[in-house]
Amino acid sequence: MNQINEMAIKLLAEKKVQIVIGYTNGSSGKIRPFFANTEKECEKLIFDERCIQNLAIYLLKKEISLLNEKQAILANVYTLRSIIRLAAEKQIKENSLIVITFSDERHLFEFCTFKSIEDYLSNQNLQLSQSDAVLLYKLNHMNSQERWVFWQNKMENCIRCYACRQACPLCYCMQCVVELNQPQWIPVSINKIGNMEWHIMRAMHLAGRCTGCGQCGKVCPKNIPIHILPIRLAEEIKNLYGSITGVSKNEFCEMATYKSDDKEYFFK
Amino acid sequence: METKLLRRASYFKWIEQLLNFQKIYGVVSEDGKVFYRNITSPKELVESFIISDMSAKSYIFPPVEKLFTFIKYKDKINIENVNLDIISNKIIIGLRPCDAIAIKNLVSIFKCAPEESFFMKRVDKIIIITYACNKIDDYCFCTSIGGSPGNVRGSDILLTKTNSGDYITEIITNKGKSITSIAPKLFEEITTDLQKEKYLINVPIRFENAYLEDKINNLFNTSIFDKYAMRCIGCNICAFVCPVCTCFDIQDEMKGIKGHRIRCWDSCGSKLFTLHTSGYNPRSTQGMRWRQRLMHKFSYIPKQIHMKGYVGCVGCGRCSRHCPVDMSMSEQLADIVNKNYPN
Repeated sequence: MNQINEMAIKLLAEKKVQIVIGYTNGSSGKIRPFFANTEKECEKLIFDERCIQNLAIYLLKKEISLLNEKQAILANVYTLRSIIRLAAEKQIKENSLIVITFSDERHLFEFCTFKSIEDYLSNQNLQLSQSDAVLLYKLNHMNSQERWVFWQNKMENCIRCYACRQACPLCYCMQCVVELNQPQWIPVSINKIGNMEWHIMRAMHLAGRCTGCGQCGKVCPKNIPIHILPIRLAEEIKNLYGSITGVSKNEFCEMATYKSDDKEYFFK
Repeated sequence: METKLLRRASYFKWIEQLLNFQKIYGVVSEDGKVFYRNITSPKELVESFIISDMSAKSYIFPPVEKLFTFIKYKDKINIENVNLDIISNKIIIGLRPCDAIAIKNLVSIFKCAPEESFFMKRVDKIIIITYACNKIDDYCFCTSIGGSPGNVRGSDILLTKTNSGDYITEIITNKGKSITSIAPKLFEEITTDLQKEKYLINVPIRFENAYLEDKINNLFNTSIFDKYAMRCIGCNICAFVCPVCTCFDIQDEMKGIKGHRIRCWDSCGSKLFTLHTSGYNPRSTQGMRWRQRLMHKFSYIPKQIHMKGYVGCVGCGRCSRHCPVDMSMSEQLADIVNKNYPN
């Protein structure tokens, strides 16, 4: 048995957690999210380089959290950053969570505090993936007209399934703006303008919050590289404020903060 | 119905001739995506593929359909109907037998009561050319749900490719006849012993469906659906790629005093689907929503339409193929059929 299975069984046996949120083998060679509540289920858990999905969304799924007060989660670097960001946004509790990750040398690490995750992340490579870096470079070197055409062509294919929103750990609004119809902010119609409005709005809402896991782009059934939009905005935030996201539970929300004595009237 | 032989070269000629007088939408492939597009040459059509990513559903049941336009004055509203005559004739090439059956099933759903004029008009205007299956993947399960790789139901013409690249052409309906009669010389009589079954792929049966409806009905009050739906993230992909999902939402879109009412695809998987204005949600968990999805397809629709077989699903496997969290419908159905869950 692998180390991860033993570790999960131990956590359940010692009653440190009620559930282990992880991965298992799925259909046709895919890896799927998996939830182990029993020792037998723990034996099915896998955790290796193929486990790229960000499972942090499940920490906010009430169907899971209501039944399982204490949870363990298998986390890759992207998931770790999402967890820290969710902690910064006060969405998850430290004492109900055990986070397990593995290093390049395949050592397993168990974290019980956000501080320990922060320390671990400070030694990690948080660079963009090769393919994302290439695409970002390409987009940055287009002129605005070319970029507009690029995105219009991509967005045209969007079917508004909202898988991007559902797969994003930071898209946790109780009510999404796209669901409001009195007034209607974003047209529900599937067309260039409506689709563009939806994705621009989502990107703006994630500006300075997105931790760059790229999950929204990965789940898109139309292969639209929508994850590049918030990633590009993260670059902007970094240039403006020098900050990156998902590294400290005390980090700031640059685009979502205000002062009550702001000179602009609409803050009063 | 008649069966002819269409040589490979004749097939291209025939499509070219059809292009002269009708719009053709065919399955093409680009960047690893397989999709329908308005084609201008038969050379654009993809030769080898499993199934298109999206079904042909959108040609008869568009993602967004304008139902009427209106102008809202202070004291009255002027309503203008949409002119259905603008819906044009179309030939659609590249469906698989499961997709063609799905169109037939959609008709029985939309005909239920009262008959739906937008949909029926579009169905009248399309001619369906289907390719029999010679390739499958792990997600295909048509044979478990009453279909088969060479099924003719719903198609106007079914083409089965032989090893030499020629097509065994089954002309099934009058619509099919109308488009083959433009070039009768291209369609040769079959003189040799040419059996289409020889060229069809075998789709393994993943579960026996005989007791599926009874079994799934018995599970309504169990927690099995919660277990299945644990990893479901509640996006709409499965419903949008499904060739048989018909649920829609009605919305008004306005600009100033002018607006239109639209009907757009919706999905039972989303939280908003059953959310009441009061804030109460009768399907408050993903398990309940997933239960609805399975029950609707394998219990409610068959009951409602009094049709044999599972009209809510054709086993194309798209929902599972495209699911970002690998919810495998056939795996769950096999689980329901093969395991004796306590009632």
